[in-house]
Amino acid sequence: MSTILDIRNVTVHFGGVVALDNVSFKVNRGEFLCLIGPNGAGKTTMLRAVTGVIKPQTAQVLLAGKDISHLPTYKRARLGLALTHQIVRPFRSMSVLDNVALAAGYRRIARVLTAMATVDRSTERRQARKYLELVGIDEVAQKSAVGQPLGVTKRLEVARALALEPKVLLLDEPLAGLNSVEAVRFADTVADINRQGLTVVMIEHNLGEVLRVGQRLVVLDNGCKIADGPPAEVMRNPKVRAAYVGKE
Amino acid sequence: MGIYEISLATVVGINIILALGLNMISGFCGQISLGHAAFYGVGAYTAALFAKAGSPLPVAISAGMIAAGIVGLIVGLASLRVRHDFLAITTMGVGFLFLGIVRQQEILGGELGISAIPSSGFSKIGYLVLVLTLAALVTAFSLWIKRSWMGFAFDAVADDEDTARVVTVDVSAYKLAAFAMGTAMAGVAGGLYTFFARFLMPDDFGFITSITVLSMVAVGGIGSVFGVIIATIMLTLMPEFFRFISDYKLLVYGALLFAAMRFAPEGLAGMAQSLLVHLKLKTRAEEEVT
Repeated sequence: MSTILDIRNVTVHFGGVVALDNVSFKVNRGEFLCLIGPNGAGKTTMLRAVTGVIKPQTAQVLLAGKDISHLPTYKRARLGLALTHQIVRPFRSMSVLDNVALAAGYRRIARVLTAMATVDRSTERRQARKYLELVGIDEVAQKSAVGQPLGVTKRLEVARALALEPKVLLLDEPLAGLNSVEAVRFADTVADINRQGLTVVMIEHNLGEVLRVGQRLVVLDNGCKIADGPPAEVMRNPKVRAAYVGKE
Repeated sequence: MGIYEISLATVVGINIILALGLNMISGFCGQISLGHAAFYGVGAYTAALFAKAGSPLPVAISAGMIAAGIVGLIVGLASLRVRHDFLAITTMGVGFLFLGIVRQQEILGGELGISAIPSSGFSKIGYLVLVLTLAALVTAFSLWIKRSWMGFAFDAVADDEDTARVVTVDVSAYKLAAFAMGTAMAGVAGGLYTFFARFLMPDDFGFITSITVLSMVAVGGIGSVFGVIIATIMLTLMPEFFRFISDYKLLVYGALLFAAMRFAPEGLAGMAQSLLVHLKLKTRAEEEVT
């Protein structure tokens, strides 16, 4: 299996606090990788460092063999890294549909002058509707993105990320805040998307769902990687057990 | 139309161009600016210098537009790292910096300003037609931008810069575009003002002017082209029709700005829209009853 995302030696300090200490891992093409660990382990920081939202002290990130370590966030996104937020952040002035249509038009907005010269949004809105159907919220397409329930906005985040036609989909706790029925259904949706060939990296606290849909686990604790492997094997690892339930 | 009405209408036209320029920056792209009058001034003074050197009107006004746009681009570049209230303070500083520089330059007339600017060559009514034509063009351009993919990207930047980056928007490039276009419009307004007044004083382009333009945009409804135009007409004419307001102009503008921010953050446009929705709901409810 070939590597699509190669993350090497990521170190992030916030003032005197070490959030990530020289963490490396690889993501294989087409796999469903879950990034887990207790609160404050550095999972979100890891995804934010990979997408360039925060600047790590050291890090090398290779996407499909290309070094993207020094590129700004928007260029990494154009090259195929799509990120969803743990705390949902829809564009508040837009409808649900337009939130996704904007992302689907990533080629149109790539250059300021061409963006100025084009008006037609119908193609992108059609594509956007397809993504909304895929995540199952097309019935609220025309509604404002503000005031939608969490179950909808969580799916909206994923639809918007998919509209970027990414190489790797990075999900930050997509199931948090959903009830158990919604969580199972949404985890299935993500697993379906993965089966269609898209590489997925998911941070998630819901261990039940992680073990059900994840193909490989990377475990962080206190800014360090403590395990990396198939779910069953990782969960037998005494270090992982200690991190989750405390030292025996 | 008497001469008084013609000059009033000309001022309204100039103010519409000025306000739509600020609307491009603050309304469309969400970057608050408290120094818009400085770019108006750059346009006016540049046009005045060109006019006095013998350039025809189109050259002088174009020079004003380009100069204001370039200064706007530079200020935009310097402001890329600041957001929200810090950006407001930075742009306010730019406004004071402009005044400070103008007041000290002999070539710009210092405190005495520039007088004896050559005539535009148009009759009063001819000049009004020119101003209103340009105002119509700027309006059409604003409406186009709002509908274009550039306007779409501006919406994203105005809503949430960080998320815009995650969906591939080059936030810096779009902010710079907004600054360049909005300040170039202010430059056009400044050039038109130069040939209208034919006498420039530094205070015409001070903080009070910046706040006046901001009131026009905020009262009209940040981002709404027609709302801004209506508010500009109202706020320009109000002190003329109600003489007593003229003495308290700043107080009234300040109060309107406060009232808009506190009670109707989406301005006239927002109020009209909620009224429309209300009426629609009402008629629908009545239809359901019958």
